[in-house]
Order: sequence, then C-alpha cells, then structure tokens
Amino acid sequence: MRRSLLFMPGNNPAMLQNSDVFEADAVIYDLEDAVSVTEKDSARKLVAEFLRFNKSLPMEVVIRINGLDTDFYSSDLEYVVSDRIDTIMLPKADHDGLLQLDKLLTKIEQEKGLTKKIKVIPIIELAKSVLEIEKIVTCPRVDGVLLGAEDLSSDLDVIRTKKGDEILYARQRLVMACSAYKIDSIDTPFTDTNDNDGLKTDCEFAVSIGFTSKSAIHPNQVTTINKTFVPTKEKIEWALRVEAANAEALKKGLGVFSLDGKMVDKPVIERANKILKKAKAYKLI
Amino acid sequence: MKNSLNRFVPEGFKPFLSSHDYKTKKINLIKEKQTSNEIKMLDDYSHLFDELGIKDGCTLSFHHHLRNGDYVFNEVIKEIKRRNLKNITLAPSSIFPNNFQLVELIENGNVTKISTDYLNGPVAEAVSQGKLKNLLVMYTHGGRPLAISTGELTIDVAILGVPTVDKHGNGTGAIGKSACGSLGYAESDLKYAKKVVFVTDNLVEKVDNPQLDGKYVDYVLTVPAIGDPDGIVSGTTKITKDPVGLKIARYATGVLDELGLIKDGLSMQTGAGGTSLAVASYVKDLMKQRKIKGSFASGGITGYFTDMLEEGLFSELYDVQCFDLKAVQSIGKNKTHHAMSGSRYANCYDDNIVDKLDFVILGATEIDLDFNVNVTTDSHGKIMGGSGGHSDTAHGAKVTVITTNLIKSRMPIIKEKVTTVTTPGEDVDVLVTERGIAINPKRKDLLEKLKDSRLPIMTIEELLKTAHEITGVPKNQTRTDTPVGVVVYRDGTVIDTIFKV
Repeated sequence: MRRSLLFMPGNNPAMLQNSDVFEADAVIYDLEDAVSVTEKDSARKLVAEFLRFNKSLPMEVVIRINGLDTDFYSSDLEYVVSDRIDTIMLPKADHDGLLQLDKLLTKIEQEKGLTKKIKVIPIIELAKSVLEIEKIVTCPRVDGVLLGAEDLSSDLDVIRTKKGDEILYARQRLVMACSAYKIDSIDTPFTDTNDNDGLKTDCEFAVSIGFTSKSAIHPNQVTTINKTFVPTKEKIEWALRVEAANAEALKKGLGVFSLDGKMVDKPVIERANKILKKAKAYKLI
Repeated sequence: MKNSLNRFVPEGFKPFLSSHDYKTKKINLIKEKQTSNEIKMLDDYSHLFDELGIKDGCTLSFHHHLRNGDYVFNEVIKEIKRRNLKNITLAPSSIFPNNFQLVELIENGNVTKISTDYLNGPVAEAVSQGKLKNLLVMYTHGGRPLAISTGELTIDVAILGVPTVDKHGNGTGAIGKSACGSLGYAESDLKYAKKVVFVTDNLVEKVDNPQLDGKYVDYVLTVPAIGDPDGIVSGTTKITKDPVGLKIARYATGVLDELGLIKDGLSMQTGAGGTSLAVASYVKDLMKQRKIKGSFASGGITGYFTDMLEEGLFSELYDVQCFDLKAVQSIGKNKTHHAMSGSRYANCYDDNIVDKLDFVILGATEIDLDFNVNVTTDSHGKIMGGSGGHSDTAHGAKVTVITTNLIKSRMPIIKEKVTTVTTPGEDVDVLVTERGIAINPKRKDLLEKLKDSRLPIMTIEELLKTAHEITGVPKNQTRTDTPVGVVVYRDGTVIDTIFKV
C-alpha cells in the first residue's frame, strides 16, 4: 500500500542523503531521465554504494532503471539489485519487456542469493502500453503501475495540460486494470512544483477516479499527496459507525441493516472495512 | 579560571554561574549624559574629529542598523587611518563584511580593542587569527546596553548614522533615502556616551515622532550618503523552499501546537531565516484556522510579521531592527508597530520584552548533549557570528526551540561539547531536526505534555547517534591555547572564551 512515491535523482549525493526524511511511502532513485548519458555509470555506482552503506533507508526503495531499449539497463540491474532494494521501476514498459525483466531479475536474484523477490512497477508511457494494460498488470512481480503522462503525451503528439483531459482515458484504463488485479494504480506526477493548489486539485481528481497513489517529483509535494491519498476524517467516522452498526446487526443475526436511513449491505460494509484498513495503516485511527 | 560550564575565563573577567544569577545581583547605573544646549552642525568627518578632539586611546561606538550598506563606520575608519590614531577602541553593535577596511587598522595597531554583539567576514577572520591586540568582547543585544548603562563599556563618542534628523537633533530611521526602520540599538549609546554625533543624509526642519531624542545630541554631521540602500535592508525575506527546512518547520509547529502554545494572546519571536519564517507561516495558518489573535511578535522584524500585523493576527509588533523593506515601510505607517531600544528588548535589568515571550524559534551552529548552543564560532573555532539576541530570548521565552538540520555540509550539528558556548543549555528547551525532536530532560513539564505525541521525540543522544550513523564520528578539532576573545553572557559574566585558530 502506497500513497506517495518520490523521484530522487540518482546522481545527487546531498539529495540521496536526505531521501528518507520526506515521509514518502516509496523513494524512486532515478537512473533514467534525471541522469545525463555521461553520468549513467557514476549514478548507478553512487546509488548502489549509498544503499549499501546507509542504515536509514526509505520504507520502500525503488530504482528506476534505464529502458530495455538502451545500453544501460543491464548494468543498472547488476549494480543495484540487492536485498537493500524492494522494487524496480521500468520505463516505457510493455508486456514483452516485463517478461524479459522478470527473467533477468530471477537470474540476478539467484546469482546474488537474494533473500527476497524484487517487485516491479512498470511505467505506462506509450499508447501501445495503454492498450495492453490488461496484460501488463498480470505480469510477474508487478504490484503497481505508474502512468507517465509526459512521455505518453509525446507519443500521442498532444499538448500536456494541467487539467489533463488528454490523459483521462489512459488514467481511467490504468485504474480499472489495477483495481481488477488489486495492485496499486499510481498517478503521473504533477510537474509544476510551485503550484501547490494545482497539485491538491490534481490529487483530489486522481482520488476521485480511483487512483491509490501518486508520484512526486519534488519532496515538497509529498505532504499534499500523503494527505489526499488517505480517507478523509468524515469517511473514517462513517466507516467506524458502519463497523459498530454491523457488529450490532451481527449479534441480532441481520445481514442487512439501516444506518442514517440508508440500507447497509455487504458492499457497503466492505467499503467501510477498506477505509478502516487504510486509516489504520497510516495511523489515522 | 573556569566557569560553571567548565569553560576557561581569562583573568579580569567574571565567570558565568547560571542564566538566573542576575536576579541575585543589583546594578548601579551611571548618569545619563548631560543634555546639550546647542547642537553644532558639521559637514565633514575631518571637522568632526577636530571638533571632538578624537585622539589616541578614544572609544567610539556605532550601531549596525545600516548593516552591510553602512558608510558611517567605514568613513570613521578611514579618518582614523588618515590621522594614524593609535589604540582606538571600537564598540559597534555589529560588524559586517563591508567593514573589511578595519582589518588593516587592526594589523597596524590603530584599533586595538573591539567590543560588539556580532561579527562576521574579514574582521572576524582577522580577530580569529589573533591580530587584535586585546581580547574581543562579544556582548548580547541585551548585554550591550547593560554594559553601557553601568559604565562597564564607556563610550567617548557615539557616532550614529540616522536616516533623518531635524535641526533640534531629533532623529528617526523610518524615513529618508537611507531609511532602515527601527534604530533600537542606538539608544544606549545616545543616552550614555560622553558625546553624541548624528550622521545624516537627510536634514529636515522637523521630525515628527522621533525615535531618538535630540536632547542628548551634541553634533549633527550632514554627509551626501550614510549608506547604500541596497545593503541596508534586503528587498524581501522569504520562506524557505528547501524541503528539509520545511520539514523541520512542520515539526517545530507541531511541537508548539502540542504544547498548547498556539493560543489566543500568544507572543512569539523568530529569526529572519527561511526556516524560521516557515515556522511563522505554519503558525499563521493555525492562527487563521482557529481565529486566534496574538498579543505581540518581537525582535528583528520582517515583512512576514508586518503582514500578520496588518491582517489582524497580532495586536502589536516590538521592533528593535527592521530586516527588510516591508518592515521599514510598516514602521513608518503602522501605529502598533513600535520601535524599541536594545535595552527594552533584552536587557535583563530592564522591563524587557523577551521575558514576555511565549516562545522563540532560534538557530544553532552547534548544539551539545547538555543543550548548550554555539552561534559564535564554526566548528573550527573561527568567529562567524555571535549571540545577537540568541541568549537573551532563549532565557526570556517560556519555551525556546532550536531548529536546525541534523547534518550540515556532512557535519553533525550535535556535538558532545560545543566548540564555543553562546547560550547555556539551561535555557534551551527543544531541538527540532529533520530526523527527530529532542526535549531538554530538565523540562519535565514539556516531556509530560508530549508523552503521547506522535511526533518523533527522542533523546539528544539518540539524535547524535543517528547523525553519526550517516556521517561517521568526526575527529575533534584541536585548538590553540591563545585566547582572542570572550563571549560575555547577558549578565556581564563570561560564558566562554574564543581561541586563536
């Protein structure tokens, strides 16, 4: 379960040092777009060494490797895959590429004797990937999918807007697929780092259409994301009342009961339980 | 001799005992200066020296309200050099990098003694290198007026830049081409120096609501410019965008809130730094949400606080020094934005404002396991600042919060022992860093209030361990045994000694 995933450039030692203090549920150490071609090797070494020596790491360590269409991805994996990381993020992912990555990871895990299985978050940033999202979510290791709206807009040859009408279909398709397979649907970053109100509106919209999480490109975005991708106080209070009323109903042997004049049945109880599970996970109750 | 913090005290100075010790002692004030019947008008620094008979061995004082744009101090230095005067004592309230010409006079023995509240830049470096003949004496902003009013610091001539002066000698900093706002640090010099000179670039018929009373003034020197407006005040002071600073500010605000300090009638002070202003910003949000009105904010005032005053979030501002243009403009137009003297601000024997503060947010260059704070030297022992109002407000406020990054430039800010003690740990209550919050164990009342807090509260030893896990354990710096200065606590005792580097 994630609310926020924060991108950190892999070639900036000062930022790496503070990467665990921003309260992001996951930190994505970026070896791809944030790192110029001339710094690819130093960045991957820096990230690997940082992860090896630093005792205090984020809750989830994600590495965005370079795409499978580059010369860099295999070295990235060789350097960074270890028990210190949790997840590999694959840019411009498609179904075949994810199967290839699974094989590579399996091989490295065996060679290095890892004690855990590395998860994968594919980034959907090609029109082709949007269309095959139903296959992508079923690929091995995938436990969340990130929408990469900037590259997707390029692929679609459309202008990226703050409102995001141009990515609405991709957003909804991604949410539907992730929801069907009970994995995280991670919204694209909001790229104007000075517009906190815009970020909040974007987060609220993402929540309203079903996204579970959102990525951040600046640490100052994390607080807003974390606040938005959790149940509201009102929802938690409602869920607690449903839980209490359900307990009473069960004592009376009732499967369906009424609360505030509205019928409460199994789907409503399940929704309340989901809210409470999330609220407990984030220590809101 | 050692003081109660086991710090060396040179001969001839009184050792620090505790921050409360002043309550057991009485002071004798010297007489305020004789009022002058006639004010002489001058138009040249050289004439001023002739008129006053400034000679070898004199003590000259200045305020620092013109900050890094000040011309007055530098013009006087040039005149001392031109006349090759020797053994001059300078007592400015602060020294800035633009006073670099003083270094040559220190090297040549023109200036052999300095007392001040704060210094950085080339002069600080020269003093740290042992170039000043006598020990540097570093006061606090409250300690300096005390030293002047008791005659411990005797001033022969106070040469005070005043942005607007009238023919009766009344002065204000609120208006004029070199307006700098409050002139709070000049008041003790004005009242107790043997002779007082106002230097201005705006001589007018009459000053309404003067900040400085003309009855103490002997001479008015009119010059083309007393300062460079760009260096006098910064355009604006801004809230930090640094995510680490913002996180520290969020934690600090959380602590203040959980301690019940964000309440109607609150009084507060913060520095002008970006993180301090971020705390003010979060406090402001809470005040607005809860429809709270504070009683006052104090200290060096920024536009952020004048905005809060104008929004009705504070009843009054007490301003000893304006930090930005907005504050300067406000002091000229808002009746509840009061200029106050350094003595009223922080002199422990005055009816001072700092004693009325609910909380203060301060910084630290180093803090140690006893919560002693250093803002005077860097970790090599080189002078880079000074108390200013740090130890005054730390003692006066009911809750003193230090906000700082746990690690700066790969160095942990927490030390087992700070290089130089500026503010004693007994007056420091809370340390807030990005990786955790430590409460001074002496403040059991605060610990009790925060016992069920979800904030990351830990011991300062645990915070130090966290820092060492990231940076490793730094080697201790070795220092020389040659004192170059003393850090005088607000009651006139020596809290620590600064050594040659």
